[in-house]
Amino acid sequence: MAGKKKSTFFANNSQLLIPLIAIALLVIFNLFRDPSFFSVSIASNNRGDPVLQGNLISILNGASELVILSMGMTLVTAASGGQDISVGALAAIAGSMFVKVLKSGTVTPGLIIAAFLACCAVAMVFGAFNGTLVSVFGIQPMIATLILFTSGRSIAYWINGGATPTIENATINAIGSFIPGIAIPTPILIVAAMGILFALLFRFTALGMYIQTVGINQSAARLNGINPVGIKLLTFILLGICCAVSGVIGVSRLGLINHETLLINIEMDAILAVAIGGNNLGGGKFKMIGSVLGAYAIQALTITLYAMKVPSTDVKAYKAIVIIILVVIGSPVVKAKVDQLMKKIRTGGSAERRQSA
Amino acid sequence: MRKTLTLILALALVFALFGASSAYADDLIKVGIVNNPPSESGYREANVNDFQNVFTKENGYDAQFFYSIKNDEQLSAAQQFITDGVDYLLISAAETTGWDKVLADAADQGIGVFLFDRMIDVDPFLYEAAVVSDMAQEGDTAVDWLLAQELPEYNVVHIQGAMGSDAQIGRTGALDEQFEAGTMKKVVQQTATWDEAEAKKIVESVINSGEKFNVIYAENDGMAKGAVAALDEAGITHGIDGDVVVMGFDCNKWALRELFAGNWNYDGQCSPFQAAVIDTMIQTLEMGGDIDGLNELHQIISQEQGFDAMHICRADIATYGLGE
Repeated sequence: MAGKKKSTFFANNSQLLIPLIAIALLVIFNLFRDPSFFSVSIASNNRGDPVLQGNLISILNGASELVILSMGMTLVTAASGGQDISVGALAAIAGSMFVKVLKSGTVTPGLIIAAFLACCAVAMVFGAFNGTLVSVFGIQPMIATLILFTSGRSIAYWINGGATPTIENATINAIGSFIPGIAIPTPILIVAAMGILFALLFRFTALGMYIQTVGINQSAARLNGINPVGIKLLTFILLGICCAVSGVIGVSRLGLINHETLLINIEMDAILAVAIGGNNLGGGKFKMIGSVLGAYAIQALTITLYAMKVPSTDVKAYKAIVIIILVVIGSPVVKAKVDQLMKKIRTGGSAERRQSA
Repeated sequence: MRKTLTLILALALVFALFGASSAYADDLIKVGIVNNPPSESGYREANVNDFQNVFTKENGYDAQFFYSIKNDEQLSAAQQFITDGVDYLLISAAETTGWDKVLADAADQGIGVFLFDRMIDVDPFLYEAAVVSDMAQEGDTAVDWLLAQELPEYNVVHIQGAMGSDAQIGRTGALDEQFEAGTMKKVVQQTATWDEAEAKKIVESVINSGEKFNVIYAENDGMAKGAVAALDEAGITHGIDGDVVVMGFDCNKWALRELFAGNWNYDGQCSPFQAAVIDTMIQTLEMGGDIDGLNELHQIISQEQGFDAMHICRADIATYGLGE
């Protein structure tokens, strides 16, 4: 009985196996390499507040923007069967807008909220622009978002007025670093909040099912009274909000907006996180938790390479090797072979049992 | 070779005189300036402003500007300037190749060509002079300053820019020499590809490893800021009287303010100010003089300095700082 339950759990969640294997491999590898790798300690920062420290915290903290973007990317992928490659550029636009509003007066909590709302609004408009191209005009998502991918950082430049403006403010610093008295980095808390929001959204609405339905079969969805255009548009707007939150975290970490480098190349990592998470890049069924685990696996890999002092010129090559292995393990061909093998072992095992009985 | 040289010099002289006389006629020297757009970077913005401030009517110039990051657009703009009959052509090329014909045309018309910031792959005799930065020298200046601090030991965390870029190669070279000579210990050498947040992650990983370090050598200001954020979170002091020496490059105004506040120790200049040097050279040619001090590539290396937190003053920030 217990065995049966276990096997159905894995059957339902088999797509989570790959990110879990990836993380497990990295954990085991690091424990062998340096047993103290995952040790977490409490230190006091330069303002005298106690803060958590260690590679584990660095991974969880550093992955925050990527995790949030991969949440949104999962939805876009599921609904439209394609990926948004403009998320980094859009985050730069949102971050620039955030700083622009903050620079308009003395920084008060009210102004920070206004700045956040403004940057969310801008990101949602651009998200809707992408979404309209995809849902109304039926353009391939990667092509539709290529427009913003190439022009987004120039738009961010234009918002910034050219320079890399800096913001010195305790509250902004608290958003990107630590809230005095709380030892957990704030970005980790923001990720948790976003996760809870999405969980509530799926728990209390049927949005998750609608997205899957649209992704699996548009015409069937329409016949069942679901509006595919609206659903796709909505996923792009939700991704826009994710970009805004990531942009704000990125800006707040250092109190600086550099439109050229903020979250540069993150779109590829976000897509990769969705893929490692076992989600079908062609749309349909999805598990957001898979993408989240995938994002943490990617960050863990980066931090591991830093800790191993891999030469600068080789980092990308090492990353590529690990990713090729993960993607191959997750491919349908390997999956089918493994399933076959498992079946053989299981039937062989039960035959033996029957014999012994 | 010598013949061509004399010929070109003679031509240059004749046309310089001719240019001078025509300048006398309408009192203004006509220059065409081809540059990259200010949106490229904070450096470029300062560069563009510098040329707009120097080549003005008040200084005796009738200047036309053209900005593009595309080489072919730059080429046709340069051709147009030649047709318009400018006296001098000032170029910061998007690409190093494809300029032979345009520069030959300019020489035929007796137009003096100056290159700034970026070199072009042509015969050096096709232009009067090139005013450029020497990134390797920037690295040397910074490392010399570091050695002059006479720290008891040098355990360096080296954060590199995008691998293969001019700035990265130049600024890495000087430090690599020290690592090889054994005068400094390489704790970590890693690229953050100019990304501030990535620089922070790299320094975090060094701190987590528990290895000792007392110098952060970041190849631009943004990455130095990222590194300092990691130090602040870990409770490690930095700057004047701090445990860790912080070094950056580019001299953004905000970075020089960090220096002034004593949070950082050193910032190396990458000067975008080439207009004044070119202005002086044009005036020399107009007076019938010769430009000297050129190397075999007709280059003039921009005077670039490093700023020390102990000596920087407010006037330096205003004069040399880039951006806001």
